[in-house]
Amino acid sequence: MRELLQLLKQNARLSNAELAVMTGKTEADVAAEIAELERTGVIRGYSVIVDEEKADRDAVSAYIELKVTPKPDCGFDELAKIVMSYDEVESVTLMSGGYDLGLTVTGYSLRDIAAFVAQRLSTLDGVLSTTTHFVLKRYKEKGILILDEQCDERGVYL
Amino acid sequence: MKPYDQILSQRTQDIQPSPIRKFFDLAENMEDVISLGVGEPDFRTPWAIRSAAIATLERQSIFYGANSGIMPLREEISNFMQRRHQLTYSPENEILVTVGGSEAVDLTFRTLLNPGDEVLITEPCFVCYAPLVSLADGVPVSLPTLQKDEFRLTAESLRKAITPKTKLLMMSFPNNPTGAIMRREDYIEIAKVLEGTDIMVLSDEIYSELTYGTKHCSPATIEGMRERTIVVNGFSKAFAMTGWRLGWMAAPPQIIEQARKIHQYGIMCAPMISQRAAIEALKSCDGEVERMVEEYDHRRRFMLERFQQMGLYCFPPAGAFYLFPNISITGMDSETFCEQLLQEEHVAVVPGSAFGECGKDNIRISYAYSLKHLAEAADRMERFIGRHKK
Repeated sequence: MRELLQLLKQNARLSNAELAVMTGKTEADVAAEIAELERTGVIRGYSVIVDEEKADRDAVSAYIELKVTPKPDCGFDELAKIVMSYDEVESVTLMSGGYDLGLTVTGYSLRDIAAFVAQRLSTLDGVLSTTTHFVLKRYKEKGILILDEQCDERGVYL
Repeated sequence: MKPYDQILSQRTQDIQPSPIRKFFDLAENMEDVISLGVGEPDFRTPWAIRSAAIATLERQSIFYGANSGIMPLREEISNFMQRRHQLTYSPENEILVTVGGSEAVDLTFRTLLNPGDEVLITEPCFVCYAPLVSLADGVPVSLPTLQKDEFRLTAESLRKAITPKTKLLMMSFPNNPTGAIMRREDYIEIAKVLEGTDIMVLSDEIYSELTYGTKHCSPATIEGMRERTIVVNGFSKAFAMTGWRLGWMAAPPQIIEQARKIHQYGIMCAPMISQRAAIEALKSCDGEVERMVEEYDHRRRFMLERFQQMGLYCFPPAGAFYLFPNISITGMDSETFCEQLLQEEHVAVVPGSAFGECGKDNIRISYAYSLKHLAEAADRMERFIGRHKK
């Protein structure tokens, strides 16, 4: 299980046949294990790591800290659910420490994101304050380096 | 001009340049060459180790150190050998820290050999052993291992090769280039052959941590073998520390005492920055090693499958990071095969003959490369084999 997850995290496009060869299992076993991981919700989906700077030079991302007032019955969940329903919001996490919800948001300009924060987020019932950090550069995401391929410095010396 | 060929040492002039190196000079002048030739990890040294080296530079003076290596490192080496291989060596007088495993190999030959002493070298093997034996006035004797034996040394071939002049048996498992390993039961048979003789054993265990589905066994753990064995190991392969040049030898104190003299006069001490960093490697990097081994294993299986699809027989290796497929279905010898593969498909691999006559029907493939790189090389080789299969 762990080995399959590790391989899929590095490259989710590996076929079941390739995964089977690399782990020494049968293709049927791999298919069954992945089905089980999907069924139990361990695997929630398959995505792609995009170098946004290359894909779209105008895209802007921000990390937004939200301080909120928890609701009596459902704590932070209700507000988190509202926030995550916006398409602009890529990720939502509940944090310990100085703020409560951490969001990543992508838009087409600083203005876009500013408007989203001002009009959509800060006006929500229960939001006490927001702090917006714009992303300047990505170096690594989900274990994948966002770098052009490094040349192999190794030589044959003996 | 001076008559250099008369001035220079004849013994040194007689030594052949590395047969691997020679081949890669060809490749360097070509564009778009994809290489599976490199014999070192593609991983970078784990950050904890590099960080320890930086801290050493910042906080400590880099003076000469004890000839045998700094005591805390020898202690960690001793712990490592106990923990990983059930070997007990005293850090006081049974461990010598060297400049890579290679220096330890060289020291062993120079410490043990008298002129004319024969050294049985288990082949195919890394290219440095025979030349170093010659430089130490010894006589290298090939001891071939065969594909049908999974490239293990058999008691029978050892028994046949022993003469009254045999001083030393040289073994390197997990093996470069075959990836073969020796199991405990194999070493027990070897030990029986050596019983009652004074033949010594040099066991180069530099790939000891890179095994797949099995644990490394050192011949020094077999009853009666410790007193005749010199164990050589190092940091290069397990911890991806090739350029740090650090290894060690472990042996009975009488041997270490003599080897230390050569090391003392020729080297003084192994690099101090590397020594301090290596303590961190042994203390805290088991997890990193495990992750690297897992990734090598994925690549190993991937490439084995590709060779099987091409119709090339390749014995499934259980160690190191090499495959040694048999290319005889092409009707070419390994040198011709590699030259043509380089010319036609721009893939550089090493001819098996570089590692001994018995490797002439094989090629060495290193899988210390990314999967993407391996897949591209395999595609090219598949086209080549398709054209040349007989």
